[in-house]
Amino acid sequence: MSKTFPVRLFGAFILKEFRHILRDRRTIMILLGMPVIQVVLFGFAITTEVREVRVALLDPTPDATTRRLTDRLLASDYFTLARVVHSPAAAERALRRGEAEMAIVFEPSFERKVEKEGTGRVQLIADATNPNLAAMFTGYATSIIAGGAAPAPATRLLYNPAMKSAYYFVPGVMGLVLMLICAMMTSISIVREKESGTMEMILVSPARPFMIIAAKLVPYFMLSCVNLATILFLSVHALGVPVAGSLSALVTASLLFILVSLSIGIFVSTVARTQVAAILVSGMVLMMPVILLSGLIFPVENMPALLQWISHLIPAKWYIAAVKKIMIEGAPLLLATREMLALAATGVLLLLLSLKKFNDRAT
Amino acid sequence: MKAIETEALTKRFGNFTAVDSISFDVKRGEIFGFLGANGAGKTTAMRVLCGLSKPTSGRAIVAGHDVAARPERVKRRIGYMSQRFSLYEGLKVWENIRLYAGIYGARSADIRERSDALLRELDFEEGRDKLVRSLPTGWKQKLAFSVAIFHEPEIVFLDEPTGGVDPVARRQFWELIYKAADRGITVFVTTHYMDEAEYCDRVSIMVDGKIAALDSPRGLKEQFRATTMDEVFRILARGDDARAL
Repeated sequence: MSKTFPVRLFGAFILKEFRHILRDRRTIMILLGMPVIQVVLFGFAITTEVREVRVALLDPTPDATTRRLTDRLLASDYFTLARVVHSPAAAERALRRGEAEMAIVFEPSFERKVEKEGTGRVQLIADATNPNLAAMFTGYATSIIAGGAAPAPATRLLYNPAMKSAYYFVPGVMGLVLMLICAMMTSISIVREKESGTMEMILVSPARPFMIIAAKLVPYFMLSCVNLATILFLSVHALGVPVAGSLSALVTASLLFILVSLSIGIFVSTVARTQVAAILVSGMVLMMPVILLSGLIFPVENMPALLQWISHLIPAKWYIAAVKKIMIEGAPLLLATREMLALAATGVLLLLLSLKKFNDRAT
Repeated sequence: MKAIETEALTKRFGNFTAVDSISFDVKRGEIFGFLGANGAGKTTAMRVLCGLSKPTSGRAIVAGHDVAARPERVKRRIGYMSQRFSLYEGLKVWENIRLYAGIYGARSADIRERSDALLRELDFEEGRDKLVRSLPTGWKQKLAFSVAIFHEPEIVFLDEPTGGVDPVARRQFWELIYKAADRGITVFVTTHYMDEAEYCDRVSIMVDGKIAALDSPRGLKEQFRATTMDEVFRILARGDDARAL
């Protein structure tokens, strides 16, 4: 190995990587288009917000009080009147047919009961096939109705006052996309060199294998930075999720995560022998846990202890947590120290493991 | 001076001895055929000689340097072509030449001049800007060989270089090998094709990690009273039962 780092040769390797990536139109489209599609998909299509829940109304004796409560309920964005029914059986039928997701049933002579006994009975019947959603909109309905009869506690929703699900998804999408591009694409491209025999050619040459791998990291690192910018731009301008904390803190955390993902890609490439295996490992073994256990879709806090423990091993979980703190809650980088340390430790560990595997094979 | 010298060279993987104490010499400028059935240990031996794998015991001097002690010096003096032609499919012909020449430390001005000369010699100037992916296998192999000897190595190692092409393309490939040998480059080649074994100056045949025979093709045929190298190979690779037939 020469004493000085062969800069020109390193440049030639990087140029070679860029040529490979840029010549493959389909790949470059996927690489640059994926974050856009994911942000749009998660931001607009997959939403857990309660909006326009269709309501069936059963009010046997309409009067001023029931009308006032109904009006207040329907005045919100959350509920729309699907139909007025005249019997409990009809309300149930509307629910079963999917014409309504919730039925409001006032007891007969509601106003008179309120005047005489101080309280009237209202029943909410909800379609709970989606339990989270049902819990949310019955909760809304309860507080709206109760707001008329008794003083409700004043609730203040911090960090996400409009309760937009985009606030919840953007950090997850950032973790997912960066992970996919870094880990999957690097591992595939390193394994491809093993498959095609070019890796062997480099190993027999005076060039160090370290160089070829380092040269792979550069283009994917840069691509990931472009993707990071795309996601941030879209989330701020298209989804309306602002960066509450400092941008530099967010970028720092993201760059660290990109480096960790790249080392995951290198590690996968030392394990996988074929490109198919690399795709399977990074696709199934890495992506599934990221989607399921990182808090991207399902909150980790509600999982059984064993799964929560496993989730600690997933780097994306730490990154997503850090992004939530910095981007959504506006916390300084210092408050995400635990997450940053976990990420750094994973990265170092993976690089050491890969290096060991690499050397084991060379001897 | 010898191009390759080995002394009781051995490579073990756990309990399995892939290369079992082989000793042989390859002269400079020689075309040396390295034969053996699949699993006989020839690829492992070749990897050790190239510095890709460390010998368990014994010694190998390649291009004047000990492979185990100074693999970097050996690597600078050898060329290598694997059975998967080892060019970058997604790069153009000239980009491949430039990359590999750069790896061996050639200067860019030299590279341009010499790669033009190379393409002219191959009569392949129109292929300069083509992607390697689009070339027929025969051309890929000829290019890979030319790239492997672009830095004028002392020895070039060829691992089954002519797999999957027709006899005409194989014949053309061997003409390139002869040309390289005429320039003084030692050629160390493994092959499955016994007609190619006939083209070598000397041939060794490996059986179960050992060198079972080593001589010129003519000498081997006399020794085993065979008319073709194919027969010699079958007698050795199948063992005593075959000889009884």
